Amino acid sequence: MSTLLEVEHLKVRFRSMGALRALMRRVKDPYIDAVCDVSFRIGRGETLGLVGESGSGKSTIARALMGLIPSHGGSMRFDGTELRGLSQRAYKPVRRDMAMMFQDPVGSLSPRLTVRSLITEPFRIHGVRDRDMDAETRRLLEMVGLPAGFAQRFPHQLSGGQARRVGVARALALDPRLVIADEPTAGLDVSIQGEVMNLLAELQDRLGIGMVVITHNLNVVRHISDQMAVMYLGRFVEQGPTEEVFHRPRHPYTEVLLSANPEPDPDAKLHRVEARGDIPSLAHRPTGCEFHTRCPRARDYCREVAPALSSAAPDHTYTCHFPLEADAKERRLEA
Amino acid sequence: MTHPAAAPTRPEAPRDAAAPLLDVRHLSLDFTSPRGRIHALRDISMTVPRGRIVGVVGESGSGKSTLAYAVIRLLAENARVVGGEIVMDGRDLLTLSPREMRGIRGRRMSMIFQDPMTSLNRVMSIGQQMIDIQYRDPISKAEKRKRAVEALRRVGIPDPEDRVNGYPHQFSGGMRQRICIAMAMMVEPALLLADEPTTALDATTEVQIIGLLERLQAEIGCSILFVSHHLGTVAELCHDVVVLYAGEVVEQGSVRDIFHNPGHPYTQALLDCDPGRIKEKTRRLPTIPGVVPSLVGDQVPTGCIFKTRCPHAFDRCDHEVPPSYAVVSGEVAPDAPHTARCHLRDAAEERRP
Repeated sequence: MSTLLEVEHLKVRFRSMGALRALMRRVKDPYIDAVCDVSFRIGRGETLGLVGESGSGKSTIARALMGLIPSHGGSMRFDGTELRGLSQRAYKPVRRDMAMMFQDPVGSLSPRLTVRSLITEPFRIHGVRDRDMDAETRRLLEMVGLPAGFAQRFPHQLSGGQARRVGVARALALDPRLVIADEPTAGLDVSIQGEVMNLLAELQDRLGIGMVVITHNLNVVRHISDQMAVMYLGRFVEQGPTEEVFHRPRHPYTEVLLSANPEPDPDAKLHRVEARGDIPSLAHRPTGCEFHTRCPRARDYCREVAPALSSAAPDHTYTCHFPLEADAKERRLEA
Repeated sequence: MTHPAAAPTRPEAPRDAAAPLLDVRHLSLDFTSPRGRIHALRDISMTVPRGRIVGVVGESGSGKSTLAYAVIRLLAENARVVGGEIVMDGRDLLTLSPREMRGIRGRRMSMIFQDPMTSLNRVMSIGQQMIDIQYRDPISKAEKRKRAVEALRRVGIPDPEDRVNGYPHQFSGGMRQRICIAMAMMVEPALLLADEPTTALDATTEVQIIGLLERLQAEIGCSILFVSHHLGTVAELCHDVVVLYAGEVVEQGSVRDIFHNPGHPYTQALLDCDPGRIKEKTRRLPTIPGVVPSLVGDQVPTGCIFKTRCPHAFDRCDHEVPPSYAVVSGEVAPDAPHTARCHLRDAAEERRP
């Protein structure tokens, strides 16, 4: 499988206070690291699922990839081209090949544009003039399963699921090779979630596009992604093939996330592993292993020494001193 | 349909344990709009028994939140109750004056909302807000403050003596929802209305809030009307479940009835398309084809409300509104513990599967 996108040691920082305040408070480093040392690769037709709680940096990775915010370290190679350091002007053609579906299906559509204008906007932005816009509108609406009559509607006349479909059409208008979907199913009913996921899966199979799916819904990740990465405080704490991570999680945080997923079955005997308390602030990262403040398995050692990256398999990595055993979850299910 | 519990003259406050705490009978509610009347709730009958957690599930637009808002009478200006009654403590809440209703809110019933940020006043400290809501109690401010601290401790806010002086923005989403729960539970209400209280929260926080509601319910012994579209949460927290579709109750029963032996095709479809129930990885998830029918004016379909999307619909569904059949016996029995409004459940129906 040829590599489409390769990200290595990506770092994104945000300024946490102004220069003057930093000077007055004698803060040497007035930044917070929103994304820290993140590496992954996506091949053609592959999907990476990014999961984690709010504030873990999932969307920040997406915005950095799209060049919407600057990154501060590492590299991002898309089809062999280094994206870091590209000017906004040089980024524009990249965004033709790499499209983004934003969160909030209705909110990400301009309220004063019709569906036709919305889904043909990518052509205008990228100066594609040699196509018949009416034909393109029909093609795109058909592709995402909306009736042709929807072309004249405004976003407020769409339901959440329909607006999401328009978002998909916009993202796919220029035949991108990579689509970044930020919470594609958030806020949608379960019946509609299935529709949107099926649509994405079908289009991916047909067009062979690579996808990054950002979500906090583990059920979505399971069905749509080949690889998944679990984020905590801007770092990947576990990364590997989706089925592998679901069946044999190694990092306690992954286990917490997996067991926090209520089963739609009143008799499901859940062995729930809970994380204590809240996510720490990025401005005051915990020492040692950054998960130790909430970890059910934390020991003194974890407070002092940060764990290095370990491998359960060549493509399954995690950062934990005391990982779960390979068969821990299976034993639990039997019990 | 007759309702045996609806005696012609209701005695004053029947407090026997058998009577449900909240009894919604044939409630119908419209919203006026420029396009005509929207029949948002139609002939809703459901009960909340004492000490039970009742989940109300359905897709967006099914009217589940509207039902909760109708019970506490916090409806939008354009809402009109066109029929039915909401009986609590032997009184029809719909007949009470605004003043009488204020006497019930925050005492006999309280409510928590989806977004804990917008339900707290962001320019007032948590403590001040918690003191303000005790305006009825003839005790000193210091005592009210002490109670507020206790309430915060009860919901698991660390260092409540300190944190009571904090402002909403200084708390995380989960902590804010805990504060809202603390405020709602401070009066130890008989009925707590919860409108999607965990939807805006992360999964890890969600399970904490579910655990908290479970614990408080057991401690206080109150009833909870829990509105949610998240089937997993409902399965975990609730004792009974009411399934709403397009403004009608299509099925109700105990949580096990609903999840293990659904009697209505809509409930079945809803369960089938929850990706959480599909354990094998699939690229094709089941969906419910079609769209929810329009509820404007006379566009509400005749017969069964679900017929347009139902895989089992037959001619009878087209013209005859299905009554509440007991799922076990197939008799028309609105008071049976597990009922579904589907002709397939009719004992006399030969298509019965």
